[in-house]
Amino acid sequence: MSLIKTDNLTFEYIRRDDEGNVEGITRAVDDVNLDIERGQFIAILGHNGSGKSTLAKHLNAILYPTEGTVWIDGMKTSDEANTWNIRQTAGMVFQNPDNQIIGQVVEEDVGFGPENLGVPTKEILERVEESLKTVGMWEYRKHSPNKLSGGQKQRVSIAGVIAMHPKCIVMDEPTAMLDPSGRYEVIRAARALNDVEKMTIILITHYMEEVIYADKVFVMDSGRVVMHGSPRDIFSQVDALRELRLDVPQVTLLAHELKKKGLDIPDGILTIDELVNALKRSR
Amino acid sequence: MSIIFNHVYHSYDADTQLKTDALSDISFKIEDGEFVGLIGHTGSGKSTLVQHMNGLMKPTEGEVYFDGKDISDKDYPIKELRSNVGLVFQYPEHQLFEATVFEDVCFGPLNQGLEKKEAELRAFTALRQVGLEETTYYQSPFDLSGGQKRRAAIAGVLAMRPKVLVLDEPTAGLDPKGRDEILSLVKKLHDEEKITIVLVSHSMDDVANYVDRILVMNKSRLVYDGTPKEVFKHAEELEQMGLAIPQVTYAMHALKKAGFDVPTDVTTIDEAVDRIIKCIS
Amino acid sequence: MIRDITLGQYYQADSVIHRLDPRTKITGTFFFIVTLFLAKNVWGYVIAAAFLVMSIKLCKVPFKYMVRGMKAIVILMLMTVVFNLFMTKGEVIFSFWKLSISKEGLENAVKMAIRLTFLILGSSIMTLTTTPNSLTDGLEKLLGPLKKVKVPVHEIAMMMSIALRFIPILIEETDKIMKAQMARGADFDSGNLVKRAKALVPLLVPLIISAFRRAGDLAMAMEARCYRGDSGRTRMKPLKYEKRDYIAYIVIILTLVLCIVFGRNAWWMA
Repeated sequence: MSLIKTDNLTFEYIRRDDEGNVEGITRAVDDVNLDIERGQFIAILGHNGSGKSTLAKHLNAILYPTEGTVWIDGMKTSDEANTWNIRQTAGMVFQNPDNQIIGQVVEEDVGFGPENLGVPTKEILERVEESLKTVGMWEYRKHSPNKLSGGQKQRVSIAGVIAMHPKCIVMDEPTAMLDPSGRYEVIRAARALNDVEKMTIILITHYMEEVIYADKVFVMDSGRVVMHGSPRDIFSQVDALRELRLDVPQVTLLAHELKKKGLDIPDGILTIDELVNALKRSR
Repeated sequence: MSIIFNHVYHSYDADTQLKTDALSDISFKIEDGEFVGLIGHTGSGKSTLVQHMNGLMKPTEGEVYFDGKDISDKDYPIKELRSNVGLVFQYPEHQLFEATVFEDVCFGPLNQGLEKKEAELRAFTALRQVGLEETTYYQSPFDLSGGQKRRAAIAGVLAMRPKVLVLDEPTAGLDPKGRDEILSLVKKLHDEEKITIVLVSHSMDDVANYVDRILVMNKSRLVYDGTPKEVFKHAEELEQMGLAIPQVTYAMHALKKAGFDVPTDVTTIDEAVDRIIKCIS
Repeated sequence: MIRDITLGQYYQADSVIHRLDPRTKITGTFFFIVTLFLAKNVWGYVIAAAFLVMSIKLCKVPFKYMVRGMKAIVILMLMTVVFNLFMTKGEVIFSFWKLSISKEGLENAVKMAIRLTFLILGSSIMTLTTTPNSLTDGLEKLLGPLKKVKVPVHEIAMMMSIALRFIPILIEETDKIMKAQMARGADFDSGNLVKRAKALVPLLVPLIISAFRRAGDLAMAMEARCYRGDSGRTRMKPLKYEKRDYIAYIVIILTLVLCIVFGRNAWWMA
């Protein structure tokens, strides 16, 4: 059984003007069908306003579909009785690190989720330790979150979700507000969770370099999934991605341009090593 | 016009044991018409540095000269300096406040003491320069998209007709297309309006394609000052500072190592393509 | 610019006072204040002072650090003292122009100065040694009985704790907005009152909008982490009285009793 399944998921909201009159209806998510297996690393790409964040909020029962159905671990999100179980099953990390940390001390923030779940005190302490160690923030447990860097704050947020023992973590643009070293920290933590703990990860982003290690990439545009496949399949289509307000990693672009000039290089080069090898062969 | 930093220090809590230097012994000169990139990771002192350029902060030691005059002088017209050196901060949300985009852009010129007519004229010009569509002029700035907000914020500063425009992380949080659009807008302002640009960023890829000169800050010191080619030669040192060089430059290094006869000081994709083709054929 | 507010912020150290249950410290501070107002003669103050000195010694916070935090209240204190000095009627001992100082006034002023200093020092020991979070926890537990009369004690405590977490963030944000507007020529420090109030609009609008956005984000993040109020919630650090708390309670009550016995206007003072 798949962990996350959406069936013709559609979400609409009504736009109103200042007087409350209906101006129109926006379809933010349009007929999306996902099927995500346990242990996968999934990336969802799309430009700002493509509907990717709205989609993410459906996986945690923050939003409910207007049409279609979402199942998380076999539970229908539209059934209110499932809400809390779903939120525990699919943890969520948001974009702004400051607006999701509740505690004034790192360890207290990580304990917040388990406290809400009614976990006994002794076990909370164990879970906090284990989660903070997983993301490499254990030595900061007594620190105030305000004194941490952006990347560290996001790792604390991830630990706060891990402590709830979810089956998957949905990360909604966790790196959008970080600098390059912060982005690297967060992506490394996410990959390690997937590799070592076999945690299912759904990463939403518009940074191309972050998705090259994903098992599967979905590309969204105006609420629809317009491309899906392995990173290599996706990045072979440089021109199509550009149409979608996205770009590709520089090395992919370089290979693409060289190919256009007549060199014999395969599509979808993802790393520098691949480029070097391809050029060696074509020499 | 020129901006000169002469052995500038800025320290907090100078008279206590907690003394920390946010800037330490910074010296450089920016000439009229330059396009400069200022790079450093969070906390390297680059934000403190740019705030010295328009007098929001003043050196605790050393001098900053604008157009030959020391901005720390008692009778220095600091308001005039702020009109001459426009500073656009990272988050447009921190400056947009009026009911419409147009009124918001008028805020700067009105503060300069201009007549309403003149201020409005400047606002119109600035909005046209940043390429916002006319339908947005009378919308609330809070209803704009991320990229549009960024443009409105830049227009708000441009309307003051600065000679130097300093942009702090103008592309943070934008998607790739939005990022390219803002950067080409900045380039257009430099090329066509002849405005001196200081682009603050932590992304090497962004900067390499546009600027003539790069200043690198690390631990409150200015460590490198030179053309992109010169600066990116220090790949290892930059990496240790948490700053990556552009991926193309890495690729060229790797090719060289693999026995290809290519130069390693390549910073843009077009150049890389040329060089590789030349080497192979 | 406005970041230098350090009034009684938590000071990390490892001391007996730090380890006390927050309820003990809240109750202790309350009793200490009562003691101060019961003290009617020198002995009362000596007892209170002894208690204070003991607490300061035990809490391992540098005395200098404590005094630095008090600077903000010095003006308030001076005003109270001056007010007492000149406004109390009685036997005049010194006068110039229209002002006169009476013996009673001098006494009152000295008493007031001592009381206020003790009061601020005493309560800052509480805030310096207790994290805001455990302070709110302590209050929530102490006020727990009020839940029976439908006072939303948990919600109030949660609100306090969130407010405390966001104050530094909003202060920093205010700073940034101020600078962004100053870069556009805004002037926050000149002109008359009306002009200054008007100048605040470009500061307050972005700040309020941002605060609302943060509130929305935070509410969503809390729900995503299964927060649903007090019901079914467990605690990571449940409050538990230890032996040291009982000892502390005994000391506190002893101080109060001693002060009542010796600090009243005793026979030799009458």
